[in-house]
Amino acid sequence: MFEATSLNQRNRRIQGLFRILFGLMTLVLVVPVLLILFVLVEKGGPALSLDFLFTSPSNGMTAGGIFPALVGTIWLVGVALLASVPIGVAAAIYLSEYAPDNWFTRVINLAIINLAGVPSIVHALFGLGAFVIFARFGTSILAASLTLAVMTLPVVIVSTRESLQAVPVAFREACWNMGATRWQTIRTVVLPNSVSGILTGVILEVSRTAGETAPIMFTGAAFFLPFLPQGVLDQTMAMSLHLFVVSTQVPNVPEEVKYGTALVLVGMVLLMNAASIAFRTYLRGRKKW
Amino acid sequence: MVAVEPKVSVRGLRIAYGDEMALNGIDLDVLPNEILGIIGPAGSGKTSFLRALNRMEEFNPGMRVEGTIHFDGRDTSEVKNLYALRRRIGVVFPLPVGLPLTIYDNVALAPRLGGIKKKAALDEIVERCLRRAALWDEVKDRLKALGSLLSGGQQQRLTIARALSQDPDLLLLDEFSIAVDPVTTMRIEDVLRELKQEVTIIMVTNLVQQARRLADRTAFIRNGELVEVGPTESLFKGPVNDQRTRDYVEGRFG
Repeated sequence: MFEATSLNQRNRRIQGLFRILFGLMTLVLVVPVLLILFVLVEKGGPALSLDFLFTSPSNGMTAGGIFPALVGTIWLVGVALLASVPIGVAAAIYLSEYAPDNWFTRVINLAIINLAGVPSIVHALFGLGAFVIFARFGTSILAASLTLAVMTLPVVIVSTRESLQAVPVAFREACWNMGATRWQTIRTVVLPNSVSGILTGVILEVSRTAGETAPIMFTGAAFFLPFLPQGVLDQTMAMSLHLFVVSTQVPNVPEEVKYGTALVLVGMVLLMNAASIAFRTYLRGRKKW
Repeated sequence: MVAVEPKVSVRGLRIAYGDEMALNGIDLDVLPNEILGIIGPAGSGKTSFLRALNRMEEFNPGMRVEGTIHFDGRDTSEVKNLYALRRRIGVVFPLPVGLPLTIYDNVALAPRLGGIKKKAALDEIVERCLRRAALWDEVKDRLKALGSLLSGGQQQRLTIARALSQDPDLLLLDEFSIAVDPVTTMRIEDVLRELKQEVTIIMVTNLVQQARRLADRTAFIRNGELVEVGPTESLFKGPVNDQRTRDYVEGRFG
């Protein structure tokens, strides 16, 4: 009674085909990532040393390390986060928890989606006009970070809003029914249960910010600086721009310096992504409903 | 006959979601310290009725409410402080909503929102409410465990304890037993019988027999209209007031 009919066999064959097809597509996705990592580790690995990480470039960038760029990227990302996270999270809370569903809210949502689609070079020019020139920040960490912040705001807003909306409506209603205000509901029920998602989004944003080149090129990142930035109004070197410079702008840079720089940049991003995944797994393990 | 001031007095209540009419003009009084059962087929507007009592339309942009609802003699549409109104009305949903807080915090939430901060006072409220919801003995040793980890029946009793922690005058129960096993249901029903000494209860249920067991009076709603309301037994026995009600309670509803 369990003999396969020809229809069964056909269904099984088709199912097998699709399984292979989808599996291959997944491989296509993984291969470039692995190749990039492999090449970077192979060619850049030998350059890695404490000296490389903690000394300045020397001999016209052809020797020495990447320390000022590393520090600069941390500055840029940090200040960008200080600007984009409070604004982005607050806006997302408003949009998710307070905003009525009317044309105005829809226009804002449309604006956010469009902001996410603006090419980074356009953000760079906007930052140059708005922060460097109009706000008179000059080419500085502040101007560059604010440009990065504007660029990543949509990511923060969208990911935060999604985490907020993943909290079941029933929780909110239960709270409102007890006479809680919207803010009390947000504070006691919504935020504690979406904080893992919000933080994950933020960390992903960090990794994206760290790699951006165009937005900081005109607004605060320098080709070469012999000293470390002392405050937000200084210019700074940055990993992404430094990689661009040693790869295309300076002759006779040894291969391993280029690949080493790229490896450190990718390593930073991967580390942060890994931290984000670990963190999310940790919080998910505690969250149960 | 002495006229009793109704706890809740509803006149001409119409509720619509967009173009969809959910309740089509209902007049209904709820007396103090009674259990009023509301029965009726799915989609007849029972839940909408409960939501309107609590002014939940404010959270549901598509929901329109017309008519008047008086609660303790006050027109609820004129109440400015909705938070105070909702604090006097406890609600229990069809599916238990154990907030992802500890058991203790679930029950202490409403008192805290109401401004009670002293631990001793909170402890007392938590224990009293959990006892009244017949849950205390099962959870007293793990009050710091997550409420959402309890079983479905326990969570439903936790929800009831939470609703009681507001010290409500009016308790709205929306099919509280669909996620609860029969034994627990019986225990909760016992609790409700005791509770009506202190609170007025409106209980929406799909289980006709549950209304018969518990409700002092029962209202039958169908297609957004109040077909009949009266002492529960009169819906089931004796002279037929409305054939549709009798058909429904006897399971002959087409």
